[in-house]
Amino acid sequence: MQVLIDNYHLYLRGLGTTLRICLYAGLLTLVVGTFIAGCRVAPLTPLRAFGTAWVTVFRNCPLAVVLFFMAFGIPALGVNASYFVFGTIGLALYTSAFVCEAIRSGINAVSPGQAEAARSVGLGFGQTLRLVILPQAVRSIIPPLGSVMIAMIKNSAIAGAFGIGGDLYAVGIRQSSAQGEAIIPVLVGVALGYLIITIPAGLLLSYVERKVAIAR
Amino acid sequence: MRNGKLTAAAIAASVGLLLSACGGGSADEEGFSAPVADNPSFEDGTTMAEYAESGEITIGTKKDQPLFGLENLNGEMQGFDVAIGEIIAGKLGIPADKINWKETPSKNRELYLEQGKVDMVVATYTINDKRAERVTFAGPYYEAGQDLMVKRSNDSITGPESLRDSDAKVCSARGSTPSERIREYIDNSRLVLFDTYSKCADALRNGQAQAVTTDNSILMGLVSENENKFKVVGETFSEEPYGVGIAKGDTDFCRFINESLRTAAENGTYQEAWNSTAGKVSEKTPELPELRSCS
Repeated sequence: MQVLIDNYHLYLRGLGTTLRICLYAGLLTLVVGTFIAGCRVAPLTPLRAFGTAWVTVFRNCPLAVVLFFMAFGIPALGVNASYFVFGTIGLALYTSAFVCEAIRSGINAVSPGQAEAARSVGLGFGQTLRLVILPQAVRSIIPPLGSVMIAMIKNSAIAGAFGIGGDLYAVGIRQSSAQGEAIIPVLVGVALGYLIITIPAGLLLSYVERKVAIAR
Repeated sequence: MRNGKLTAAAIAASVGLLLSACGGGSADEEGFSAPVADNPSFEDGTTMAEYAESGEITIGTKKDQPLFGLENLNGEMQGFDVAIGEIIAGKLGIPADKINWKETPSKNRELYLEQGKVDMVVATYTINDKRAERVTFAGPYYEAGQDLMVKRSNDSITGPESLRDSDAKVCSARGSTPSERIREYIDNSRLVLFDTYSKCADALRNGQAQAVTTDNSILMGLVSENENKFKVVGETFSEEPYGVGIAKGDTDFCRFINESLRTAAENGTYQEAWNSTAGKVSEKTPELPELRSCS
């Protein structure tokens, strides 16, 4: 375990990079996922088709494939950005399919009477969704959304492997192979690093869940 | 009828061409075959006796390293590391087709040896003190050095020093010694890390990175794979002695490997191994480096 104490600054930096990936990807994926969920329940067929296609593509492609396209496909088309941008966007796009489905399940859980009532007082589709449906849907989507986000945090290791480097897992690889440290303690350190992010994230989610819960 | 005959003749001719093309290709690739000792005898209880007795050996190597360790489309292993493995196995009386090649990426080399998943590792494996704490090294059998690979048209990168004042991004494999050493010349934000060098070559082609750095041996392989779109700068800035990794403390086996390497260098097998593999893209044949003591 000496390796963890000697190299704690590397682990901290790795933790920082992983957090940065997760923060940006998390925000982006929530926005995109909500938008796509809106598309999937929209009254317009093309929008619904677009939403369904999006979910089908990103939910069924392995994350590594999505990231591969981001890191090597997009630059081949002449678009240049840092691998951090590509990796974070790739991770967000992939996760957005799952976020969308979690949100859609919440929308489906809101009784149809709510939407009908909103329509009858003259709200449009966007207003109905924003002011009536989503606020109620949020209450029931916290647990599945939490699982999706925690899975995303762990998936950030795969994004890190596509050129970003310096994330928690990459730090572990650097320790164990370039510096020849025994792999078990190194990976214990990596696991601890992820737990430092995911356990508080889980606690935060259960707190939010209690706060928004209503008696039905 | 006449047409039918013509068609048949054309098919026969093209099949013949195809066959000969394939035959030619593989004959070229299989240029090297290590001599196999006839019933060698070893002292009882030694590692050599054990392997010679079983008639099989598991060697860890890379399978995606052109010129050193590469598995071709037919599943055959090629490269200088493979040839070195075959030379050593041959001395144990084990023919090449009795060798189990286990893919051993850089990060798994020590672990596989410690867990006994492989009997030895010949995988562009640089000898260093840290690694020597966990495994024993025989050799070195080749002296590589870290270098830079750039696009053929790039004249601004002439060596590691020229990276200092540029904004060039440099790609390397994560967890590799070259990726550690290049940090002396560039800061972390300009270092791009992938799990394999082939991804680095893609990044270089796309312009996402301006240079790839690792041992010149590996870079030569990438140049040969990419039809000379790239070039090796030719300014080595490290010494990377490649060793044969074996289980920690097996001094007898280490001495045996060193002896095998020495004999191979004396009778020309070593040079032949080089010329039929990595020597294809390099002008000069290396000498066998001075071997280290095993104890």
